[in-house]
Amino acid sequence: MAQVIIDTGNHIAGFACKAARAQVVAAYPITPQSPVVEQIADLIEKGQMDAKYIRVESEHSAMAACIGAAVGGARAFTATSAHGLALMHEMLHWASASRLPIVMAVVNRAMGPPWNVWADFSDSLSQRDTGWIQFYCASNQEIFDTIIQAYKLCEDKRVFLPAMVCFEGYVLSHTSMPVKIPDQKDIDDFLPPYNPPWLLDVENPITHGNIVYPDWYMEFRYFMQEAMENAKRLIPEIDKEYGKKFGFEYGGHVERYRCEDAEHILLTMGTMGSEAKVTVDRLREKGLKVGAARLRVFRPFPKEEIQNLARNVRMLTIVDRQISYGMEGPLLTEVKASLYGEEETPLTAGFIAGLGGRDVTFMDLEMMINRSLKWLKAGRVEKEVEWIGLRK
Amino acid sequence: MVKEPKSMRDLPITPLSCPTVASMGKTGSWRTFRPVIDSTKCTHCLLCWIFCPEGCIERQKDDMPDINYDYCKGCGVCANECRLGAIRMERERE
Repeated sequence: MAQVIIDTGNHIAGFACKAARAQVVAAYPITPQSPVVEQIADLIEKGQMDAKYIRVESEHSAMAACIGAAVGGARAFTATSAHGLALMHEMLHWASASRLPIVMAVVNRAMGPPWNVWADFSDSLSQRDTGWIQFYCASNQEIFDTIIQAYKLCEDKRVFLPAMVCFEGYVLSHTSMPVKIPDQKDIDDFLPPYNPPWLLDVENPITHGNIVYPDWYMEFRYFMQEAMENAKRLIPEIDKEYGKKFGFEYGGHVERYRCEDAEHILLTMGTMGSEAKVTVDRLREKGLKVGAARLRVFRPFPKEEIQNLARNVRMLTIVDRQISYGMEGPLLTEVKASLYGEEETPLTAGFIAGLGGRDVTFMDLEMMINRSLKWLKAGRVEKEVEWIGLRK
Repeated sequence: MVKEPKSMRDLPITPLSCPTVASMGKTGSWRTFRPVIDSTKCTHCLLCWIFCPEGCIERQKDDMPDINYDYCKGCGVCANECRLGAIRMERERE
């Protein structure tokens, strides 16, 4: 029977791993991710979860073990944060280019130095081009739902790519919220066992990932791009199907809030998207036609969805909890790139906020909107990228 | 042998390969030193056969090891392992 429990984002990720019937978990603890793997180790130890837990000496090995498990036909799971994710970098490419549907919880944390363990998206966004699908969550319920959906998506034969399910350190990882855990039988119906296209089998030996010369290499890269496009198409379908079955739906790639008649949209990622709803409600009371949109999927980037969102909008205020040094916030870059060539494009104002776990409140978001509105009135954006809350 | 695909749709989604003899060709040409077995010293213990990292030593009927010079890269592991000094590494000429 479905039940509602109150627990932290980390523990919920562990419960989702169990509900997804992951068979191999190889992970190395790192703040703020540790409770995810402690929870899974605990569930296995108590006999409540039927999986092999592999203790490894680093994140590089954790991902290597997951790759081995997935090649052997097992459903594999791991979790990490920040520097752990960075250490995995080489194996991330290996996992995606081997087309293995591994799912990993990434508890977003700032990169050091200076050492900092708090929320920041620069860890996962640094891994943007590794061929992993990237989801960003705004609640503990969404963490649970997205992990289940991620397996469904990744194991689809049109996709066969791994996915990161990202959520902000402490803001979600250590915050308790009520979460509805569906009946296991219903989850099993939604997510049947993994059916791999090929297996490591001693009777029928193969090696994989061997050398491919320049005359055929590009084709394998093209397959990955195709798989990403397929994933882009499937994400809203799976979200709908899940919503119909379990009651939680997140709008596919982009969750929209009061956007129907909005002239001005505030685009965020992660939990800032929840905060943005408060801002929108307050500004709507003052008569401003403002809406909030929250990007759930950074890769594949929902280009068409962003174009659609920007139609009939005069201003887009884009908030990045990350910075690509020497350029701007990556979300701003990608949104502008998606809109280039459209007939009519809104003005875009980019804001950098909340790095290293600095709180981003509805008041901060309101200030960003007010500043954007001023620029809209003037017909030009005075400062293309503004850092919010930067101390003098 | 590698079969040449006609179209990219003949490819698997990730490169997979089946075991084959020497996909890199006859690697014996890489050799600078050649292992030579002295059959008068050899006791057919087969340590060289076990240790050869390339599987280039063939075990004959009487357990006499026979080195396949088409693929032996001359690493010298067999000579190092032989307890009786029955394998000598000789510099290749030409």
